[in-house]
Amino acid sequence: MARAEHIFRNAQFIQRRFSRADALVILAVAVLIYVGARLALAAPAMVAGPTISLAPTALPTYALYSTGRMLAAYLLSFLFTLVYGYIAAYNRRAEAVMMPLLDVLQSVPILSFLPVVLLSLSALLPEGIAAELASVVLIFTSQAWNMTFAWYQSLTTIPVELREASSIFRFNRWLRLKTLELPFGANSLIWNSMMSWAGGWFFLMAAEIFTVGQRDFRLPGLGAYLSEAAAQGDRQAILMGIAALVAVIVILDQFVWRPLIAWSERFKLEMVESDNPPTSWFYDLLRSSQLLERLVERTWRPLSERLDAWLIRRLAPLGMDEGDGEQPSWPVYALMAGLVAGLLYGAYRAGTMLLQVPLMQWEWIAGGVLLTLARVIAALTIALAWTIPVGVLIGTNERLARWLQPVVQVTASVPATALFPVVLLALVRVSGGLGIAAVLLMLMGTQWYVLFNVIAGAAAIPQDLKYTAALLGLSRWARWRTLILPALFPYIVTGAITASGGAWNASIVAEHVSYAGQSYYTSGVGSLIARATADGDYPLLLAATLSMVLTVVIINRAFWRRLYQLAEERFRME
Amino acid sequence: MSTQNGKLLELRQVSQFYGRGERRFTAVDKVNLSLSAGEFVALLGPSGCGKSTLLRIITGLQAPTSGQVLYRGQPLRGVNPHATIVFQTFALFPWLTVQENVEVALKARGVPAALRAPRAIDLLDRVGLDGFESAYPRELSGGMRQKVGFARAMAVEPELLCLDEPFSALDVLSAESLRGELLELWTGGKIPTQAILMVTHNIEEAVFMADRIVVMDKAPGRVVAEVKVDLSHPRDRKSAAFLATIDRVYATLAGQTEAESVELGSAPGEPGRTRALPDVSINDLAGLLERLDDLPGNRADIYRLTEDLKVDSSYLLSLIEAAELLGFATVAQGDISLTPLGETFAEASILGRKAIFAARLRRVPLFRWLLSLLRASQRQQLDRGVVQTALELEFPQAEAERQVEIAIQWGRYGEVLAYDDAEETFYLEPMEAKATA
Repeated sequence: MARAEHIFRNAQFIQRRFSRADALVILAVAVLIYVGARLALAAPAMVAGPTISLAPTALPTYALYSTGRMLAAYLLSFLFTLVYGYIAAYNRRAEAVMMPLLDVLQSVPILSFLPVVLLSLSALLPEGIAAELASVVLIFTSQAWNMTFAWYQSLTTIPVELREASSIFRFNRWLRLKTLELPFGANSLIWNSMMSWAGGWFFLMAAEIFTVGQRDFRLPGLGAYLSEAAAQGDRQAILMGIAALVAVIVILDQFVWRPLIAWSERFKLEMVESDNPPTSWFYDLLRSSQLLERLVERTWRPLSERLDAWLIRRLAPLGMDEGDGEQPSWPVYALMAGLVAGLLYGAYRAGTMLLQVPLMQWEWIAGGVLLTLARVIAALTIALAWTIPVGVLIGTNERLARWLQPVVQVTASVPATALFPVVLLALVRVSGGLGIAAVLLMLMGTQWYVLFNVIAGAAAIPQDLKYTAALLGLSRWARWRTLILPALFPYIVTGAITASGGAWNASIVAEHVSYAGQSYYTSGVGSLIARATADGDYPLLLAATLSMVLTVVIINRAFWRRLYQLAEERFRME
Repeated sequence: MSTQNGKLLELRQVSQFYGRGERRFTAVDKVNLSLSAGEFVALLGPSGCGKSTLLRIITGLQAPTSGQVLYRGQPLRGVNPHATIVFQTFALFPWLTVQENVEVALKARGVPAALRAPRAIDLLDRVGLDGFESAYPRELSGGMRQKVGFARAMAVEPELLCLDEPFSALDVLSAESLRGELLELWTGGKIPTQAILMVTHNIEEAVFMADRIVVMDKAPGRVVAEVKVDLSHPRDRKSAAFLATIDRVYATLAGQTEAESVELGSAPGEPGRTRALPDVSINDLAGLLERLDDLPGNRADIYRLTEDLKVDSSYLLSLIEAAELLGFATVAQGDISLTPLGETFAEASILGRKAIFAARLRRVPLFRWLLSLLRASQRQQLDRGVVQTALELEFPQAEAERQVEIAIQWGRYGEVLAYDDAEETFYLEPMEAKATA
């Protein structure tokens, strides 16, 4: 169950009170949305999307396009992660702003930015490029934060004696990165990359098929294929599209992630060999290949040796403390002053734009937030209701786990947004169907987080406690109340936090739909954002997006974080 | 290079503080120390006496708050390139093989690949690890891992070899054989090392290996004595001279009998130093007293006790400190003897023990203070945070936290105070409240 533990141990809830930096960060986010909305004013009123071919022969190309977008965004995220995490970990001044910023950014429902990002980019760039860029930006924003947190966390938790060893043996920055920091962070970087890819698919599907009013942003890719297939009611094409998507995900899993995980086993810090290390047939194949080994020996080794030698000559060895003590120089101050001034001006402009929003619309927003909140709670309740018993069953029953686990993993890997058109096909004509469909989409996108966590939690209940419960002759209910539920609590909370974040995200694509040339709305803050975009009501767009962001941040701080701390302090079995 | 008056290393009035303002805490207080070429010096002291901090200051991993560190007469800036450390926890990179772990130290100094490999292999041979070059540290036993640590340290040919409790994480047999091997390399002049500085809390180890023992004490961390060991290598642990030296060190460490006010320290908030409660379990303390009670004359040689009770010598010293603090035993000239009260305790029933323990606790300044605070507060309860904050004026934060934990444990045993874990609150036991109301 190593996988689930790795993925869902949440790094995000650093114990911290609300600080001035948080206020600054929320202000910055508001200004960002405002700038986006301003730019969006100039977006073309009509955008005709490219035609999407439903021929099966188009699928490989589409799959390639989609994967390419993911890869571009991932590389961007990886680069961002390394740089941002490194600076935050080693510069205490920067850390004080950078970590709260990351914390807010990752609890913001990213999809609520999609309209703003898409429209503002299409105002600046030709629409084809704008849509591509928007999808990459969107996927980036879904991938980068957790990876950055993981990298920052591993940098700050490197055992002090390994740090001291690297100083006393006179490592410079490069050698330390190569021999200490990257290897130490490898495991969590790889697991978080996997998680980022899974999340990325969800957003890619949404970004490929975004339609608002007369503007049809489509990108040739699997997501667009699926939505077109659903719009035309072509069941065969729908099945083919889903099959292609699953194939891509399985191929990546077998040829990229599993080998990487098997390889990264060596970077574990534990000084004991694990009982059943993760394996990968492809990795074993690569390792036994003579040709590859010779290639590495001939080209890679000498090259990296030469690079190391060059960098060791150029960079001075490091001590223990770094750069914290020195005062920033005046250009830094000037830059910061400029930033703050820009921020304040932006905040002022955003404020004036918000004042244009009539009272009635604020009422809509409040109502919409409540409605969406109700949907999120409904989706979460349903998810908890079925995943807890099923998860405990799988987690405590090894035989069941062996054949159910892969099934669950493949099912979970299909992004809910890809299936959404199919759900609509069934529900769109039912009255109130879209409301049900929205909850269903939230559920599909989020239940897996909870399920995997419950499985991991159930598997982690110590055997001796189970024996004790059995010996005491506790009834089924008493056993659940005194052992299983308390033991699961931290896992349930972690899963539910991730799930609720996902559910808010889903609301934006779930509450309004363009289907077969017609638009359907159900009320909620998500549909409000979409409608404001379609109507070009930018003050409303700003107000609604900001309200949603604030709601989610407040719920996180006031509710989830407390629950998480309680879980960590009282119920963690370590 | 010339050495000024033959000294390789010199510390002048070195102090290290942590924290600021009222919470400032002295880890190392005005230490003077020098190390000459050819010397093997042991830094000995209980945990928390700042000996590891001192090692880090000496190697330049950490700059002292005040004072001077001179290496070959020159002030030390940054990490000392002529020094290296063998770490208690080995500090090997688990993702590198044994050979790569040694090689990386050479690589960092710009030694080209063609020269690195033979040198690493040669060193691994010398410590007896031939055949294990391509193994990963996790495949080795603790003793073998530390051999890699030694090989890596020697690869860079340090003038000053620092050992940070290098044998304390090893099992008894590997530690013993590794000690012998190191001494052989050192006394045989087989390594270019000029001086060795070893941090340890193991008295026997210090006497067995070092030429000079610098004895440190805690709160604040300072040097209290230096003991010269004029015994030729290899040393015989059973010889009278060896045992006499050990007794002398024990007497220095445990036997500083002082006036009661100094012995017990003062209460938090009062002028004077508050004495920290030693971190021991009451069960172990009872075990020690029972053992002493069984011995003829109710006394024992402290050194013998370590072997007898199979406990770490530093933990034994903590136990003895606790026994002294509570008036259950006294220490003189390396011997510990039970007081009549200690005898009574050892022979009492559980309830009797609790009563004695409680009576003695009320005398300990830290408890006296805590109990009067509880009595004075509303509903006779106190938030843990309040106690913690008050103690942070006396101790560094981590130590204050530990003191709170110990106070909870001891208070619960003596039933003088209760603690609610969920509410994080101290309560006065009802009996205790009545007794003094």
